[in-house]
Amino acid sequence: MIRKELWFGFGLMAIILAAVVVFMPWSNLTNGHLGLLMLGLVVVAIMLGFPTAFTLMGMGMMFAFYAYWSRSNGHSELALQQTLDLMVQSTFGVMRNDVLISIPLFVFMGYLVERANLISKLFKSLHLALARVPGSLAVATLVTCAIFATATGIVGAVVTLMGLLAMPAMLRAGYDVRLTAGVITAGGCLGILIPPSVLLIVYGATAGVSVPQLYAGAFFPGLMLAGLYCVYVMILSKWKPHLAPPLPDSERIITLPAANQHINDTIGSHALPSLLMALKGPRNAAISTRVLLKELGVTLAPLLVFLVIMGLTWNSLTRPDVVQDLSGLQEMGVENKGDASVASLSGLLEPPGSEAKEPVSGGVQEPPGSEAPAAPEKTVLATESAKTPLAHGDFHRDPTPPAFWYVFGIGLAMLAALYLMMTFVRLEVFKMLLTSFFPLSVMILAVLGTILFGLATPTEAAAVGSLGGFMLASVYLLLTQPRENIIRAAKIWVPLWLVFMVSVVWLILYKAEVVMVSPTLWVGWMSMGALAIWGVIAMVQAKMVNTVRESTYLTAKTSAMVCWLFVGSSIFSAAFALLGGQSIVETWVLSLGLTPLQFMLLAQFIIFILGWPLEWTEIIVIFMPIFIPLLPKFGIDPLFFGLLVALNLQTAFLSPPVAMAAFYLKGVSPPHVTLNQIFAGMMPFMGIQVFAIFILYVFPQIGLWLPTLLYK
Amino acid sequence: MQKILIGIDKFSTWFGHVCSWSVVGLTVLIGWEVFSRYVLNTPHGWVLDAQIMLYGVLFMMAGAYTLSKNGHVRGDVLYGFFRPRTQATLDLILYFVFFLPGIVALTYAGWTFFNDSLKINEQTFNADPLPLYPFKFIIPLAGGLLLLQGVVEIIRCVICIRVGAWPSRIEDVEEVDVKKLKEMVHVKDEDIAALDKYVIAAGEKK
Repeated sequence: MIRKELWFGFGLMAIILAAVVVFMPWSNLTNGHLGLLMLGLVVVAIMLGFPTAFTLMGMGMMFAFYAYWSRSNGHSELALQQTLDLMVQSTFGVMRNDVLISIPLFVFMGYLVERANLISKLFKSLHLALARVPGSLAVATLVTCAIFATATGIVGAVVTLMGLLAMPAMLRAGYDVRLTAGVITAGGCLGILIPPSVLLIVYGATAGVSVPQLYAGAFFPGLMLAGLYCVYVMILSKWKPHLAPPLPDSERIITLPAANQHINDTIGSHALPSLLMALKGPRNAAISTRVLLKELGVTLAPLLVFLVIMGLTWNSLTRPDVVQDLSGLQEMGVENKGDASVASLSGLLEPPGSEAKEPVSGGVQEPPGSEAPAAPEKTVLATESAKTPLAHGDFHRDPTPPAFWYVFGIGLAMLAALYLMMTFVRLEVFKMLLTSFFPLSVMILAVLGTILFGLATPTEAAAVGSLGGFMLASVYLLLTQPRENIIRAAKIWVPLWLVFMVSVVWLILYKAEVVMVSPTLWVGWMSMGALAIWGVIAMVQAKMVNTVRESTYLTAKTSAMVCWLFVGSSIFSAAFALLGGQSIVETWVLSLGLTPLQFMLLAQFIIFILGWPLEWTEIIVIFMPIFIPLLPKFGIDPLFFGLLVALNLQTAFLSPPVAMAAFYLKGVSPPHVTLNQIFAGMMPFMGIQVFAIFILYVFPQIGLWLPTLLYK
Repeated sequence: MQKILIGIDKFSTWFGHVCSWSVVGLTVLIGWEVFSRYVLNTPHGWVLDAQIMLYGVLFMMAGAYTLSKNGHVRGDVLYGFFRPRTQATLDLILYFVFFLPGIVALTYAGWTFFNDSLKINEQTFNADPLPLYPFKFIIPLAGGLLLLQGVVEIIRCVICIRVGAWPSRIEDVEEVDVKKLKEMVHVKDEDIAALDKYVIAAGEKK
């Protein structure tokens, strides 16, 4: 007696086996055909449910042995030795793979952020901020999912958490059960695509495509997919309001703090002018100036941030090009900001004593024109008192490029519009966003930005991101404690952070060429020490020990899962290559005479089908090594192919009957929500994904514009 | 019997837990190096090798730990729908067909690999070299642990075939721990059950 669910799997298995039996030229088998046989067998073997890493390893070993054995004309001892070498070399190759190393770090960051418990704040503030949008709850859910899933990358946790938070809110508001389920599952899977995602690292490691390029490429397609989801939900709620009714006013009420409420009632509802008037007017004696200044500070924050960024940009745009400081590499402690080549050479040639004789300040008064001949005098010791010539503004600024003024104008106009609309109610929403939405998105953008602009490798960015995740988690965990604990902790934390920030701000100013001296060693050490002390204190005060421990263990398990799969698959792929399976596939595909479009469609279709029985990790590590060598034959960019694959594998998460997301949601939904309802809800979103693949194929620039801009 | 199985489970888990702290080491090491390179302008040559080693130790040593928690990815299209006895029979066969030959070969090959490296006192190819043979020792060590844990899993399969149900494992942190997540966002089971009326009401409307 076979259960109903099993028919699907057995059917797939039978189709594969039948295809193998029918298509194998049994009368004249070559080794290459054996390779294909191995490929068919491994899919069947994986479907039997044995841990895939070991299935691949065992099967790869047997076929590798056979391949060596048949090559050496039956010399089995030699073949055995070669097989063992192959296995250990493949394993060691994975162990020192410098692309895969960022996986544990990104995973660690994800677990830490997940435990920071900011998702409910995030959802609540976004839901209030988006209250006027049609289908607001669904859109807020999608946005929350997109941000949270991007930061954590853990589908199961995001879907479960949103099932606990958003599902009750949506059902209570009268949303359709299917739409609710679809939004949560589709949103929870967005983290697979939007960088920094582990899928893209795995693809990059398998296909030999640079991870930063993949991240740059996947950024806009990921946003596009999230955007398409939102647009779909908004159109649907306008078209069929009974599926997603607008929120009743009672759900939108935001209570203002007493002071703001008072100003709102007496002066006016616009935050900025009212606060300014309240500050100098005698009418608000009841409110202390301190409270007013605090509110005003929050209100003015966007303007200040904008001005600082634009100021720094202006400074580095208009400053005359300073030749790169080469001397620092050759001799510690010698800073040189003059005309470099001559100056740094002279700096090296000069005996140390001569520097003391020369008036250091001489360089400062010199007009810029005389730099080259006066170069020796410009060699300045980078002590604290070092004054470098350019730091004093005695140079002519380059003309400001008009583009800067355009950006500046547009920014100002947007800020003006923001302040026009900023009522006290909106100020309150802004404050909520400030404590939930902004920290997370700034963190993601910082991690992503440093990778994309080549400031840091993905590994470095991931490690710093993990530290950021630790910081975020400890702050949010501290905030759940009683008030006096928070105040006590803040008294220690804030000074330590300030000490740390000294060298960070200094570095930023140095990079923006406002300050000409890089942070000195002792300041750097002090900052680092402050951060380390803070880390230890935070472990105790915010009770982070348990969080870190659990995240660590989970990271180890997830990394072991992914990386052991790589160990297995590298042995397997080596065996496949040894048997010559690749060349058979190649000649076969080329003999079909496909156009690039047909080939692309065929490849994506195969991947789509494989998405049913297999997981994305398995598909990438087993099948990408087969597809990638074919790409140049058809003139397809592996980067672009990777983006399509990533989008394609998204659909695998939403395709029944093995859609993980559905089962996670089912686990936390009310008993009368059926799996079929959840599957039905996912279908439209799966359709949107297919549509997104189509759009990306027709307009490849969506994906390729950013990598081309940044790296070519 | 169950006592011995749990004992080995605990051993694998303990080993995995200890080695999984290397991700904290990795984070701190790279964080420090980033700071040191960008802010203090003093990069260190050996850090790149050290971070590769920490990563290698992390995932290799966690292999047995993950196996003891049944955490290695499986093709789930059929397996989840099988009865425990069918699952155990399949697993048992495949442990002998794929797992044991593969891991025995890897452990043996790793041991030779390590000894070759030890003989020449191999170091990393770097201006500030680190010894490489301890890192290579990770392969036979991880293989040995996996083998031990694999034997435990094989015995589990046999027990399951006899009894008809999987013997229990010790608990560990889980990626999606629904109970903990519910506590985290303050949702109780009653709240979820209370929602049912909306679902039923929506169902009746149609």
